[in-house]
Amino acid sequence: MTVPSRLTIGVTGLNATDNPGPGVAVLRSLRASARPGERLVGLTYDALDPGLYTEGLADASYLLTYPSSGAEACLMRLRQVHEKVGLDVIVPTLDAELPLFMTLGPQLRQMGIAVLLPTEPQLSQRGKAGLAALGKAAGLDVPATAIVGSADELKRVHTQVPYPFFVKGPFYGATRVGSYEEAVVAYYRALATWGGPVIVQALVQGEEVNVVGVGDGDGGMWGAVAMKKLALTDKGKGWAGVTIDDRRLLALAEKFVSFTRWPGPFEAEVIRSNDGRYHLIEINPRFPAWVHLATGAGVNLPRAVVELACGNRPPRPKPYAVGKMFVRISIDQIVDMSDFASLATTGEIAGVQQTSL
Amino acid sequence: MAGLLTDFAVSESGFIFDPRSGTTFTVNVTGLAVLQALRAGKESSAIAGLLREQFADVRDDVVDHVDDFVRSLRQLGLARQEPEKP
Repeated sequence: MTVPSRLTIGVTGLNATDNPGPGVAVLRSLRASARPGERLVGLTYDALDPGLYTEGLADASYLLTYPSSGAEACLMRLRQVHEKVGLDVIVPTLDAELPLFMTLGPQLRQMGIAVLLPTEPQLSQRGKAGLAALGKAAGLDVPATAIVGSADELKRVHTQVPYPFFVKGPFYGATRVGSYEEAVVAYYRALATWGGPVIVQALVQGEEVNVVGVGDGDGGMWGAVAMKKLALTDKGKGWAGVTIDDRRLLALAEKFVSFTRWPGPFEAEVIRSNDGRYHLIEINPRFPAWVHLATGAGVNLPRAVVELACGNRPPRPKPYAVGKMFVRISIDQIVDMSDFASLATTGEIAGVQQTSL
Repeated sequence: MAGLLTDFAVSESGFIFDPRSGTTFTVNVTGLAVLQALRAGKESSAIAGLLREQFADVRDDVVDHVDDFVRSLRQLGLARQEPEKP
């Protein structure tokens, strides 16, 4: 693929809500390393996604059709956007849209749009339903896990996975339950929200630590940064965190990348138990919303994904700064109604300018 | 699992960061003096002597207090069973 010198990069997931999508963080990292003439384009699904209204973030933004509307409709909309701005790279950031982008990958590449995506087997391997098997094969410690096909199975599942355990949907959310009755409620809630399969995973006592990284697709880790959350929201999302120096945690992430030959971004969620063991509880196949911390610590992972997607081999980063913190903020952005009107009627908006007060 | 005293980042104000676990602590000026002495590999009796030099009105049983402090650090997994090697 010929790489233009002035890239136009599309980034999804501008839903920077209390359960934030990673798009704003990815755009901030790309903006921080933008080359002259480079254009950043927000691609999102809701006219009220907060990242659409952030000054200096995207040069232009476009509403997409929801992934549930099907590949054909999504491709048509992406073609329209491509005709307007000439996309060179797209960085998808949301779990739910990944299968769609994987389906559309060949067409996007034909259109000259680079994407760095896992294959279907790679995506399934690290899925909640496949994680225990991956752990066994790769030599990673994964808590006892069972896939539950019906609420009836919950009556017996405690023989495999003892209480208390977590009930998880395929994409998002984990509810801690201590009894059969609680498990049934959590099961139906997960099923109604995300569909099947529903997974139960044993609780491991310890502290949660996380790694964000980028695999080069050949089994190598381009770069990774480890973080411990310092403050959580009521949804368990990190609201503050600090980079840490934990070689065993980083080695675990490297093992995952090496075994799966993972291409692109990922986040590993790990419990460091009191006996010093590391239990892999989840691999997210995308950037986390805190990825800009990695950039702040000296490792610009979104930029690496853009480079790798274009077929380049960016030089490996220097060691990151330990003790670098992020503290999230909830802030009201004041904009003109015409910006919202533009999105609601035409599905697009040029770079916004917030109202001066 | 916590790291060990020698790996900690210690500020002059008594703010301590364990780079491995991400945990932070604060200590007062006396605690800071003891921690720095422990990081330098000093024994309890030597630390008690240092405290007597640095602070006024140090109690006679200061060695016991230093020992208690070190015991707490060990219970928290922050110090080895033996004095730190600088």
